[in-house]
Amino acid sequence: MSPASPRAENEQPYLHLHGLSKIYASRDGPVRALDQVSLSGRRGEFISIVGPSGCGKSTLLMIAAGLMAPSSGVVMADGETVLAPRTEIGIVFQNPVLLEWRTALGNVMLQAEAKKLERGSAERRARALLAAVGLAGFEDKYPHELSGGMRQRVSICRALIHDPPQLLMDEPFGALDALTRDQLVLDLQRICNERRMTVLFITHSVPEAVFLSDQVIVMTPRPGRIDRVIDIELPRPRTLALRETPEFARYNREILDLFLARGVLREH
Amino acid sequence: MNEMPRNPSPLSTPLRIEDVEASVQRHRARRAARARVSAVLSPLGVVIVLLALWEAGTRAFGVPAFLLPPPSAVAVAIVTHAPLLAAGAWVTTVEILLGFLLSVVVGIPLALMIFLWPPFARAIFPLLVSSQAMPKVAIAPLLLVWFGFGMVPKVLIAFLIAFFPVVINTAVGLAAIEPEKIQLARSMGLSAMDTFFKIRLPDALPSIFGGLKISITLAVVGAVVGEFVGGDAGLGYLLMVANGSMDTQLLFAGIVCLTVLGVVLFGLVELAERLALPRYIISDDKGMGGTL
Repeated sequence: MSPASPRAENEQPYLHLHGLSKIYASRDGPVRALDQVSLSGRRGEFISIVGPSGCGKSTLLMIAAGLMAPSSGVVMADGETVLAPRTEIGIVFQNPVLLEWRTALGNVMLQAEAKKLERGSAERRARALLAAVGLAGFEDKYPHELSGGMRQRVSICRALIHDPPQLLMDEPFGALDALTRDQLVLDLQRICNERRMTVLFITHSVPEAVFLSDQVIVMTPRPGRIDRVIDIELPRPRTLALRETPEFARYNREILDLFLARGVLREH
Repeated sequence: MNEMPRNPSPLSTPLRIEDVEASVQRHRARRAARARVSAVLSPLGVVIVLLALWEAGTRAFGVPAFLLPPPSAVAVAIVTHAPLLAAGAWVTTVEILLGFLLSVVVGIPLALMIFLWPPFARAIFPLLVSSQAMPKVAIAPLLLVWFGFGMVPKVLIAFLIAFFPVVINTAVGLAAIEPEKIQLARSMGLSAMDTFFKIRLPDALPSIFGGLKISITLAVVGAVVGEFVGGDAGLGYLLMVANGSMDTQLLFAGIVCLTVLGVVLFGLVELAERLALPRYIISDDKGMGGTL
Protein backbone atom coordinates (compact mmCIF):
# COMPACT_ATOMS: atom_id res chain seq x y z
CA MET A 1 0.00 0.00 0.00
CA SER A 2 1.30 3.43 -0.89
CA PRO A 3 1.60 6.13 1.74
CA ALA A 4 -1.62 8.08 1.98
CA SER A 5 -0.70 11.68 1.69
CA PRO A 6 2.17 13.71 0.34
CA ARG A 7 2.37 15.53 3.65
CA ALA A 8 5.71 16.04 5.31
CA GLU A 9 6.39 13.66 8.18
CA ASN A 10 9.05 15.59 10.03
CA GLU A 11 7.02 18.78 10.50
CA GLN A 12 6.16 20.18 13.94
CA PRO A 13 2.58 19.33 14.89
CA TYR A 14 0.25 22.26 14.23
CA LEU A 15 -2.28 21.18 16.84
CA HIS A 16 -1.20 19.43 19.98
CA LEU A 17 -3.54 18.38 22.77
CA HIS A 18 -1.67 17.09 25.77
CA GLY A 19 -3.15 15.13 28.68
CA LEU A 20 -6.58 16.73 28.53
CA SER A 21 -9.01 15.82 31.28
CA LYS A 22 -12.38 17.38 31.85
CA ILE A 23 -14.48 16.85 34.94
CA TYR A 24 -17.96 18.29 35.29
CA ALA A 25 -19.10 18.98 38.82
CA SER A 26 -22.64 17.83 39.39
CA ARG A 27 -24.99 17.27 42.31
CA ASP A 28 -24.28 13.54 42.18
CA GLY A 29 -20.55 14.13 42.33
CA PRO A 30 -17.94 14.68 39.65
CA VAL A 31 -18.55 13.36 36.12
CA ARG A 32 -15.52 12.39 34.07
CA ALA A 33 -15.99 13.54 30.48
CA LEU A 34 -12.39 13.23 29.26
CA ASP A 35 -9.55 11.26 30.77
CA GLN A 36 -5.96 12.01 29.73
CA VAL A 37 -6.59 12.63 26.05
CA SER A 38 -3.56 13.51 23.93
CA LEU A 39 -3.35 13.87 20.19
CA SER A 40 -1.49 15.86 17.63
CA GLY A 41 -2.12 16.84 14.06
CA ARG A 42 0.23 18.24 11.47
CA ARG A 43 -0.68 21.10 9.19
CA GLY A 44 -3.05 19.85 6.50
CA GLU A 45 -3.91 16.67 8.33
CA PHE A 46 -7.47 15.37 8.57
CA ILE A 47 -8.21 13.80 11.97
CA SER A 48 -11.49 12.13 12.80
CA ILE A 49 -12.69 11.27 16.26
CA VAL A 50 -15.19 8.43 16.48
CA GLY A 51 -16.78 7.02 19.56
CA PRO A 52 -20.08 6.27 21.23
CA SER A 53 -22.40 9.03 22.42
CA GLY A 54 -21.26 10.57 25.68
CA CYS A 55 -17.58 9.80 25.17
CA GLY A 56 -16.72 13.48 25.44
CA LYS A 57 -16.11 14.11 21.75
CA SER A 58 -17.93 17.44 21.76
CA THR A 59 -16.19 18.45 24.99
CA LEU A 60 -12.87 17.72 23.31
CA LEU A 61 -13.78 19.91 20.38
CA MET A 62 -14.91 22.78 22.59
CA ILE A 63 -11.59 22.58 24.43
CA ALA A 64 -9.65 22.45 21.16
CA ALA A 65 -11.53 25.59 20.07
CA GLY A 66 -10.53 27.40 23.25
CA LEU A 67 -14.23 27.83 24.08
CA MET A 68 -13.92 25.69 27.19
CA ALA A 69 -11.04 25.29 29.61
CA PRO A 70 -9.85 21.75 30.36
CA SER A 71 -9.76 20.67 34.00
CA SER A 72 -6.17 19.69 33.38
CA GLY A 73 -3.90 19.45 30.37
CA VAL A 74 -2.75 21.81 27.66
CA VAL A 75 -3.86 22.77 24.16
CA MET A 76 -1.09 24.01 21.87
CA ALA A 77 -1.83 25.52 18.49
CA ASP A 78 0.93 26.61 16.15
CA GLY A 79 3.39 26.42 19.03
CA GLU A 80 1.37 28.56 21.43
CA THR A 81 -0.70 27.60 24.46
CA VAL A 82 -4.40 28.21 23.94
CA LEU A 83 -5.97 30.22 26.77
CA ALA A 84 -8.80 32.04 24.98
CA PRO A 85 -11.27 31.29 22.17
CA ARG A 86 -9.28 30.68 18.99
CA THR A 87 -10.79 33.17 16.62
CA GLU A 88 -8.54 32.25 13.69
CA ILE A 89 -10.16 28.84 13.21
CA GLY A 90 -13.46 27.83 11.62
CA ILE A 91 -16.13 25.87 13.47
CA VAL A 92 -19.03 23.90 12.03
CA PHE A 93 -21.61 22.67 14.53
CA GLN A 94 -24.05 19.81 14.13
CA ASN A 95 -26.80 22.38 13.56
CA PRO A 96 -26.03 25.03 10.96
CA VAL A 97 -26.58 27.81 13.57
CA LEU A 98 -27.51 30.36 10.94
CA LEU A 99 -29.06 33.73 11.78
CA GLU A 100 -32.64 33.46 10.48
CA TRP A 101 -32.82 37.16 9.62
CA ARG A 102 -29.75 37.09 7.38
CA THR A 103 -29.50 35.72 3.86
CA ALA A 104 -27.09 32.93 2.96
CA LEU A 105 -24.57 35.56 1.88
CA GLY A 106 -25.24 37.66 4.98
CA ASN A 107 -24.59 34.66 7.22
CA VAL A 108 -21.24 33.96 5.55
CA MET A 109 -20.37 37.66 5.80
CA LEU A 110 -20.91 37.64 9.58
CA GLN A 111 -17.50 35.99 9.90
CA ALA A 112 -15.99 38.67 7.65
CA GLU A 113 -17.59 41.40 9.78
CA ALA A 114 -16.22 39.81 12.94
CA LYS A 115 -12.76 39.71 11.39
CA LYS A 116 -13.12 43.26 9.98
CA LEU A 117 -12.22 42.00 6.51
CA GLU A 118 -12.49 44.46 3.66
CA ARG A 119 -16.11 44.23 2.55
CA GLY A 120 -15.80 44.12 -1.23
CA SER A 121 -13.21 41.39 -1.47
CA ALA A 122 -14.79 39.42 1.38
CA GLU A 123 -18.11 39.46 -0.44
CA ARG A 124 -16.51 38.27 -3.68
CA ARG A 125 -14.89 35.48 -1.72
CA ALA A 126 -18.15 34.58 0.02
CA ARG A 127 -19.94 34.36 -3.33
CA ALA A 128 -17.16 32.20 -4.75
CA LEU A 129 -17.31 29.87 -1.74
CA LEU A 130 -21.09 29.56 -1.96
CA ALA A 131 -20.79 28.80 -5.67
CA ALA A 132 -18.11 26.20 -4.95
CA VAL A 133 -20.50 24.24 -2.71
CA GLY A 134 -23.31 24.45 -5.25
CA LEU A 135 -25.18 27.41 -3.81
CA ALA A 136 -24.79 29.83 -6.72
CA GLY A 137 -28.13 31.61 -7.13
CA PHE A 138 -29.07 31.02 -3.50
CA GLU A 139 -27.00 33.89 -2.04
CA ASP A 140 -30.06 36.01 -1.27
CA LYS A 141 -32.22 33.22 0.14
CA TYR A 142 -33.04 33.14 3.83
CA PRO A 143 -32.27 30.01 5.89
CA HIS A 144 -35.95 28.96 6.03
CA GLU A 145 -35.95 28.85 2.23
CA LEU A 146 -33.01 26.41 2.13
CA SER A 147 -32.92 22.66 2.72
CA GLY A 148 -31.01 21.17 5.65
CA GLY A 149 -28.06 20.26 3.44
CA MET A 150 -27.93 23.74 1.91
CA ARG A 151 -27.97 25.35 5.35
CA GLN A 152 -25.06 23.23 6.47
CA ARG A 153 -23.16 24.22 3.30
CA VAL A 154 -23.73 27.87 4.20
CA SER A 155 -22.32 27.24 7.66
CA ILE A 156 -19.28 25.53 6.11
CA CYS A 157 -18.71 28.59 3.89
CA ARG A 158 -18.98 30.80 6.97
CA ALA A 159 -16.25 28.70 8.61
CA LEU A 160 -14.00 29.03 5.56
CA ILE A 161 -14.28 32.65 4.42
CA HIS A 162 -11.30 33.87 6.46
CA ASP A 163 -9.14 30.99 5.19
CA PRO A 164 -8.62 29.36 8.60
CA PRO A 165 -5.58 27.20 9.29
CA GLN A 166 -7.82 24.80 11.17
CA LEU A 167 -11.38 23.57 10.90
CA LEU A 168 -13.32 22.02 13.77
CA MET A 169 -16.42 20.08 12.84
CA ASP A 170 -18.81 18.58 15.38
CA GLU A 171 -20.87 15.91 13.62
CA PRO A 172 -21.59 18.35 10.82
CA PHE A 173 -23.48 15.85 8.67
CA GLY A 174 -25.31 14.08 11.49
CA ALA A 175 -28.70 15.56 10.74
CA LEU A 176 -28.63 15.01 6.97
CA ASP A 177 -30.00 12.26 4.75
CA ALA A 178 -27.57 9.66 3.36
CA LEU A 179 -27.35 11.05 -0.17
CA THR A 180 -26.77 14.65 0.94
CA ARG A 181 -24.20 13.34 3.37
CA ASP A 182 -22.25 11.56 0.63
CA GLN A 183 -22.22 14.72 -1.46
CA LEU A 184 -21.06 16.91 1.42
CA VAL A 185 -18.33 14.41 2.34
CA LEU A 186 -17.04 14.60 -1.24
CA ASP A 187 -17.29 18.41 -1.19
CA LEU A 188 -15.42 18.56 2.10
CA GLN A 189 -12.64 16.35 0.74
CA ARG A 190 -12.23 18.64 -2.25
CA ILE A 191 -12.20 21.76 -0.08
CA CYS A 192 -9.54 20.24 2.19
CA ASN A 193 -7.40 19.22 -0.76
CA GLU A 194 -7.41 22.78 -2.04
CA ARG A 195 -5.98 24.30 1.13
CA ARG A 196 -3.67 23.16 3.89
CA MET A 197 -6.08 22.98 6.78
CA THR A 198 -5.83 20.84 9.87
CA VAL A 199 -9.28 19.38 10.37
CA LEU A 200 -10.64 17.91 13.57
CA PHE A 201 -13.78 16.07 12.58
CA ILE A 202 -16.15 14.48 15.06
CA THR A 203 -18.51 11.84 13.77
CA HIS A 204 -20.59 8.82 14.65
CA SER A 205 -20.07 7.32 11.23
CA VAL A 206 -17.13 4.93 10.92
CA PRO A 207 -17.12 4.83 7.08
CA GLU A 208 -17.26 8.64 6.95
CA ALA A 209 -14.25 8.85 9.29
CA VAL A 210 -12.25 6.31 7.28
CA PHE A 211 -13.15 7.95 3.99
CA LEU A 212 -12.07 11.44 4.98
CA SER A 213 -9.20 10.97 7.40
CA ASP A 214 -5.47 10.58 7.64
CA GLN A 215 -5.89 9.62 11.27
CA VAL A 216 -8.92 8.09 12.97
CA ILE A 217 -8.99 8.37 16.74
CA VAL A 218 -11.25 5.84 18.39
CA MET A 219 -12.57 6.82 21.81
CA THR A 220 -13.78 4.56 24.61
CA PRO A 221 -17.18 4.99 26.24
CA ARG A 222 -17.40 7.31 29.23
CA PRO A 223 -15.00 8.49 30.50
CA GLY A 224 -13.62 9.46 27.09
CA ARG A 225 -10.17 8.00 26.64
CA ILE A 226 -8.26 7.36 23.44
CA ASP A 227 -8.62 3.70 22.59
CA ARG A 228 -6.54 3.57 19.45
CA VAL A 229 -5.16 5.86 16.77
CA ILE A 230 -5.46 4.38 13.30
CA ASP A 231 -3.55 5.83 10.36
CA ILE A 232 -5.60 5.56 7.20
CA GLU A 233 -3.26 4.94 4.31
CA LEU A 234 -5.59 5.10 1.34
CA PRO A 235 -4.68 7.04 -1.81
CA ARG A 236 -6.18 10.47 -2.38
CA PRO A 237 -8.37 11.84 -3.80
CA ARG A 238 -10.70 9.17 -2.55
CA THR A 239 -13.69 8.22 -4.65
CA LEU A 240 -17.02 6.63 -3.83
CA ALA A 241 -15.78 3.42 -5.44
CA LEU A 242 -13.03 3.25 -2.81
CA ARG A 243 -15.70 2.38 -0.29
CA GLU A 244 -16.17 -0.99 -2.00
CA THR A 245 -12.49 -1.96 -1.77
CA PRO A 246 -11.14 -4.57 0.66
CA GLU A 247 -8.67 -2.04 2.17
CA PHE A 248 -11.51 0.30 3.07
CA ALA A 249 -13.50 -2.59 4.53
CA ARG A 250 -10.49 -3.65 6.59
CA TYR A 251 -10.21 -0.22 8.26
CA ASN A 252 -13.94 -0.25 8.95
CA ARG A 253 -13.66 -3.72 10.41
CA GLU A 254 -10.75 -2.73 12.63
CA ILE A 255 -12.74 0.08 14.19
CA LEU A 256 -15.92 -1.95 14.53
CA ASP A 257 -13.92 -4.73 16.23
CA LEU A 258 -12.74 -2.18 18.77
CA PHE A 259 -16.33 -1.15 19.44
CA LEU A 260 -17.33 -4.82 19.75
CA ALA A 261 -14.49 -5.48 22.17
CA ARG A 262 -15.52 -2.50 24.34
CA GLY A 263 -19.18 -3.48 24.34
CA VAL A 264 -20.19 -0.36 22.40
CA LEU A 265 -21.59 -2.73 19.76
CA ARG A 266 -22.97 -6.20 20.38
CA GLU A 267 -23.49 -8.99 17.85
CA HIS A 268 -26.15 -11.36 19.11
CA MET B 1 -54.62 19.13 -0.12
CA ASN B 2 -54.12 19.77 -3.83
CA GLU B 3 -57.14 19.02 -5.91
CA MET B 4 -56.46 17.36 -9.22
CA PRO B 5 -57.04 19.65 -12.17
CA ARG B 6 -59.93 18.00 -13.97
CA ASN B 7 -59.20 16.47 -17.29
CA PRO B 8 -62.22 17.04 -19.56
CA SER B 9 -62.08 13.61 -21.13
CA PRO B 10 -60.20 10.77 -19.52
CA LEU B 11 -59.62 9.14 -22.89
CA SER B 12 -58.06 12.13 -24.67
CA THR B 13 -54.28 12.34 -24.98
CA PRO B 14 -52.57 13.23 -21.68
CA LEU B 15 -52.00 16.95 -21.12
CA ARG B 16 -48.50 18.32 -21.54
CA ILE B 17 -46.77 19.00 -18.23
CA GLU B 18 -46.69 22.76 -18.98
CA ASP B 19 -50.49 22.82 -19.31
CA VAL B 20 -50.93 20.86 -16.11
CA GLU B 21 -48.55 23.27 -14.42
CA ALA B 22 -50.50 26.31 -15.62
CA SER B 23 -53.77 24.76 -14.52
CA VAL B 24 -52.43 23.89 -11.06
CA GLN B 25 -51.05 27.41 -10.70
CA ARG B 26 -54.40 28.94 -11.71
CA HIS B 27 -56.11 26.70 -9.23
CA ARG B 28 -53.84 27.85 -6.45
CA ALA B 29 -54.33 31.54 -7.31
CA ARG B 30 -58.11 31.12 -7.28
CA ARG B 31 -58.05 29.36 -3.94
CA ALA B 32 -55.79 32.04 -2.42
CA ALA B 33 -58.09 34.80 -3.71
CA ARG B 34 -61.13 33.03 -2.22
CA ALA B 35 -59.35 32.67 1.14
CA ARG B 36 -58.47 36.39 1.18
CA VAL B 37 -62.05 37.43 0.45
CA SER B 38 -63.52 35.10 3.05
CA ALA B 39 -61.03 36.30 5.67
CA VAL B 40 -62.71 39.72 5.39
CA LEU B 41 -66.28 38.71 4.62
CA SER B 42 -66.78 35.96 7.23
CA PRO B 43 -66.13 38.05 10.35
CA LEU B 44 -68.01 40.95 8.79
CA GLY B 45 -70.95 38.63 8.16
CA VAL B 46 -70.93 37.41 11.74
CA VAL B 47 -70.92 40.99 13.07
CA ILE B 48 -73.79 42.00 10.79
CA VAL B 49 -75.87 38.98 11.85
CA LEU B 50 -75.20 39.68 15.55
CA LEU B 51 -76.12 43.37 15.16
CA ALA B 52 -79.29 42.44 13.30
CA LEU B 53 -80.28 39.96 16.04
CA TRP B 54 -79.56 42.59 18.68
CA GLU B 55 -81.63 45.21 16.82
CA ALA B 56 -84.51 42.80 16.23
CA GLY B 57 -84.38 41.47 19.79
CA THR B 58 -84.54 44.87 21.49
CA ARG B 59 -87.43 45.89 19.24
CA ALA B 60 -89.36 42.63 19.50
CA PHE B 61 -89.20 42.44 23.28
CA GLY B 62 -89.48 46.18 23.83
CA VAL B 63 -86.28 46.39 25.89
CA PRO B 64 -86.04 49.91 27.39
CA ALA B 65 -83.18 51.95 25.89
CA PHE B 66 -81.60 52.65 29.30
CA LEU B 67 -81.11 48.89 29.75
CA LEU B 68 -79.99 47.91 26.26
CA PRO B 69 -80.27 50.39 23.42
CA PRO B 70 -80.50 48.91 19.90
CA PRO B 71 -77.36 49.30 17.72
CA SER B 72 -79.13 51.92 15.62
CA ALA B 73 -79.56 54.10 18.72
CA VAL B 74 -75.89 53.60 19.59
CA ALA B 75 -74.95 54.64 16.06
CA VAL B 76 -77.09 57.75 16.40
CA ALA B 77 -75.44 58.51 19.76
CA ILE B 78 -71.99 58.16 18.18
CA VAL B 79 -72.93 60.63 15.45
CA THR B 80 -74.66 63.19 17.69
CA HIS B 81 -71.94 63.05 20.35
CA ALA B 82 -69.09 62.85 17.85
CA PRO B 83 -67.29 66.01 19.04
CA LEU B 84 -67.55 64.91 22.68
CA LEU B 85 -66.31 61.41 21.88
CA ALA B 86 -63.50 62.72 19.70
CA ALA B 87 -62.29 65.06 22.43
CA GLY B 88 -62.44 62.25 25.00
CA ALA B 89 -60.71 59.83 22.66
CA TRP B 90 -57.91 62.32 22.09
CA VAL B 91 -57.23 62.73 25.81
CA THR B 92 -57.35 58.97 26.42
CA THR B 93 -55.12 58.25 23.42
CA VAL B 94 -52.47 60.63 24.70
CA GLU B 95 -52.59 58.97 28.14
CA ILE B 96 -52.36 55.48 26.63
CA LEU B 97 -49.46 56.40 24.35
CA LEU B 98 -47.52 58.16 27.12
CA GLY B 99 -48.09 55.19 29.44
CA PHE B 100 -46.99 52.79 26.72
CA LEU B 101 -43.91 54.83 25.79
CA LEU B 102 -42.94 55.06 29.44
CA SER B 103 -43.32 51.26 29.66
CA VAL B 104 -40.93 50.84 26.75
CA VAL B 105 -38.46 53.47 27.92
CA VAL B 106 -38.33 52.03 31.44
CA GLY B 107 -39.09 48.37 30.65
CA ILE B 108 -36.43 47.65 28.04
CA PRO B 109 -33.46 49.14 29.96
CA LEU B 110 -34.72 47.37 33.09
CA ALA B 111 -34.82 44.09 31.17
CA LEU B 112 -31.28 44.75 29.89
CA MET B 113 -30.02 45.26 33.42
CA ILE B 114 -31.84 42.13 34.60
CA PHE B 115 -30.24 40.21 31.76
CA LEU B 116 -26.73 41.62 32.09
CA TRP B 117 -26.43 41.63 35.84
CA PRO B 118 -27.75 38.53 37.67
CA PRO B 119 -27.41 39.98 41.21
CA PHE B 120 -29.62 42.87 40.12
CA ALA B 121 -32.10 40.38 38.66
CA ARG B 122 -32.23 38.47 41.93
CA ALA B 123 -32.71 41.69 43.89
CA ILE B 124 -35.37 43.21 41.65
CA PHE B 125 -37.47 40.18 40.72
CA PRO B 126 -39.50 39.86 43.95
CA LEU B 127 -40.25 43.59 43.72
CA LEU B 128 -41.30 43.31 40.09
CA VAL B 129 -43.58 40.38 40.76
CA SER B 130 -45.23 42.05 43.76
CA SER B 131 -45.72 45.22 41.72
CA GLN B 132 -47.66 43.00 39.34
CA ALA B 133 -49.62 41.20 42.03
CA MET B 134 -50.68 44.51 43.56
CA PRO B 135 -54.07 45.60 42.16
CA LYS B 136 -53.43 48.87 40.34
CA VAL B 137 -56.98 50.08 40.98
CA ALA B 138 -56.13 50.04 44.67
CA ILE B 139 -53.23 52.46 44.35
CA ALA B 140 -54.98 54.73 41.86
CA PRO B 141 -56.43 56.92 44.68
CA LEU B 142 -52.96 57.24 46.16
CA LEU B 143 -51.54 58.44 42.84
CA LEU B 144 -54.40 60.90 42.69
CA VAL B 145 -53.41 62.30 46.08
CA TRP B 146 -49.82 62.66 44.96
CA PHE B 147 -50.28 63.95 41.43
CA GLY B 148 -53.67 65.62 41.36
CA PHE B 149 -56.41 65.22 38.79
CA GLY B 150 -54.39 65.92 35.67
CA MET B 151 -52.96 63.55 33.13
CA VAL B 152 -50.02 62.35 35.24
CA PRO B 153 -51.80 59.77 37.45
CA LYS B 154 -53.54 58.19 34.42
CA VAL B 155 -50.26 57.90 32.55
CA LEU B 156 -48.63 56.38 35.63
CA ILE B 157 -51.39 53.79 36.10
CA ALA B 158 -51.22 52.87 32.40
CA PHE B 159 -47.46 52.53 32.80
CA LEU B 160 -47.70 50.45 35.98
CA ILE B 161 -50.04 47.98 34.28
CA ALA B 162 -48.27 47.93 30.92
CA PHE B 163 -44.57 47.79 31.70
CA PHE B 164 -44.43 44.28 33.16
CA PRO B 165 -44.88 42.30 29.92
CA VAL B 166 -42.25 44.51 28.26
CA VAL B 167 -39.71 43.69 30.97
CA ILE B 168 -40.49 39.99 31.11
CA ASN B 169 -40.65 39.37 27.36
CA THR B 170 -37.48 41.35 26.71
CA ALA B 171 -35.53 39.60 29.47
CA VAL B 172 -36.81 36.17 28.45
CA GLY B 173 -36.17 36.88 24.76
CA LEU B 174 -32.57 37.97 25.42
CA ALA B 175 -31.88 34.88 27.53
CA ALA B 176 -33.62 32.41 25.22
CA ILE B 177 -30.97 32.36 22.49
CA GLU B 178 -29.46 29.00 21.46
CA PRO B 179 -26.09 28.59 23.22
CA GLU B 180 -24.46 27.63 19.90
CA LYS B 181 -25.10 31.11 18.51
CA ILE B 182 -23.15 32.61 21.38
CA GLN B 183 -20.35 30.03 21.06
CA LEU B 184 -20.22 30.84 17.38
CA ALA B 185 -19.90 34.54 18.14
CA ARG B 186 -17.08 33.86 20.62
CA SER B 187 -15.23 31.62 18.21
CA MET B 188 -15.51 34.24 15.48
CA GLY B 189 -14.09 36.86 17.81
CA LEU B 190 -17.19 39.05 17.52
CA SER B 191 -16.99 41.93 20.02
CA ALA B 192 -19.44 42.03 22.93
CA MET B 193 -21.18 44.99 21.29
CA ASP B 194 -21.50 43.24 17.94
CA THR B 195 -22.65 40.00 19.59
CA PHE B 196 -25.42 41.95 21.27
CA PHE B 197 -26.57 44.05 18.34
CA LYS B 198 -25.97 41.59 15.52
CA ILE B 199 -27.06 38.37 17.21
CA ARG B 200 -28.73 38.60 20.60
CA LEU B 201 -31.01 41.60 20.09
CA PRO B 202 -32.38 40.58 16.66
CA ASP B 203 -32.87 37.09 18.07
CA ALA B 204 -34.98 38.55 20.90
CA LEU B 205 -37.06 40.92 18.74
CA PRO B 206 -40.01 38.56 18.17
CA SER B 207 -40.31 38.06 21.90
CA ILE B 208 -39.95 41.80 22.58
CA PHE B 209 -42.71 42.61 20.12
CA GLY B 210 -44.88 39.94 21.78
CA GLY B 211 -44.44 41.92 25.01
CA LEU B 212 -45.19 45.25 23.32
CA LYS B 213 -48.45 43.89 21.91
CA ILE B 214 -49.65 42.79 25.36
CA SER B 215 -48.42 46.07 26.80
CA ILE B 216 -50.41 48.33 24.46
CA THR B 217 -53.69 46.56 25.28
CA LEU B 218 -52.94 46.81 29.00
CA ALA B 219 -52.12 50.52 28.66
CA VAL B 220 -55.68 51.07 27.39
CA VAL B 221 -57.03 49.38 30.52
CA GLY B 222 -54.71 51.45 32.72
CA ALA B 223 -55.72 54.80 31.23
CA VAL B 224 -59.43 54.01 31.57
CA VAL B 225 -58.99 52.83 35.17
CA GLY B 226 -57.20 56.11 35.92
CA GLU B 227 -60.03 58.12 34.43
CA PHE B 228 -62.62 56.09 36.38
CA VAL B 229 -60.96 56.88 39.66
CA GLY B 230 -60.30 60.54 39.19
CA GLY B 231 -60.80 61.84 35.70
CA ASP B 232 -62.11 65.11 34.35
CA ALA B 233 -61.66 64.24 30.70
CA GLY B 234 -61.26 61.25 28.40
CA LEU B 235 -63.39 58.33 27.31
CA GLY B 236 -63.26 56.65 30.72
CA TYR B 237 -64.53 59.85 32.33
CA LEU B 238 -67.23 60.05 29.65
CA LEU B 239 -68.33 56.50 30.52
CA MET B 240 -68.67 57.51 34.18
CA VAL B 241 -70.70 60.61 33.24
CA ALA B 242 -72.95 58.61 30.88
CA ASN B 243 -73.43 56.01 33.59
CA GLY B 244 -74.32 58.63 36.16
CA SER B 245 -76.98 60.16 33.92
CA MET B 246 -78.34 56.78 32.79
CA ASP B 247 -77.43 57.72 29.20
CA THR B 248 -76.89 54.12 28.11
CA GLN B 249 -76.63 55.04 24.42
CA LEU B 250 -73.67 57.30 25.20
CA LEU B 251 -72.20 54.57 27.43
CA PHE B 252 -72.32 52.14 24.52
CA ALA B 253 -70.94 54.79 22.17
CA GLY B 254 -68.00 55.28 24.55
CA ILE B 255 -67.37 51.53 24.74
CA VAL B 256 -67.40 51.28 20.94
CA CYS B 257 -64.90 54.15 20.72
CA LEU B 258 -62.60 52.56 23.31
CA THR B 259 -62.73 49.23 21.49
CA VAL B 260 -61.89 50.84 18.16
CA LEU B 261 -59.10 52.81 19.83
CA GLY B 262 -57.65 49.64 21.38
CA VAL B 263 -57.77 47.72 18.11
CA VAL B 264 -56.19 50.59 16.17
CA LEU B 265 -53.33 50.98 18.69
CA PHE B 266 -52.72 47.22 18.69
CA GLY B 267 -52.73 47.31 14.90
CA LEU B 268 -50.10 50.05 14.94
CA VAL B 269 -47.78 47.97 17.14
CA GLU B 270 -48.35 45.00 14.84
CA LEU B 271 -47.54 47.20 11.86
CA ALA B 272 -44.29 48.25 13.52
CA GLU B 273 -43.53 44.57 14.10
CA ARG B 274 -44.16 43.78 10.46
CA LEU B 275 -41.85 46.60 9.40
CA ALA B 276 -39.12 45.53 11.84
CA LEU B 277 -39.25 41.78 11.24
CA PRO B 278 -39.57 39.70 8.10
CA ARG B 279 -42.83 37.77 7.96
CA TYR B 280 -41.33 34.29 8.45
CA ILE B 281 -39.89 35.27 11.82
CA ILE B 282 -43.22 36.54 13.10
CA SER B 283 -44.91 33.30 12.09
CA ASP B 284 -42.83 31.23 14.49
CA ASP B 285 -43.13 33.77 17.28
CA LYS B 286 -41.34 32.44 20.31
CA GLY B 287 -42.51 35.24 22.57
CA MET B 288 -44.97 34.76 25.37
CA GLY B 289 -47.46 37.11 23.79
CA GLY B 290 -49.74 36.15 20.97
CA THR B 291 -52.01 38.22 18.80
CA LEU B 292 -55.36 39.41 20.06
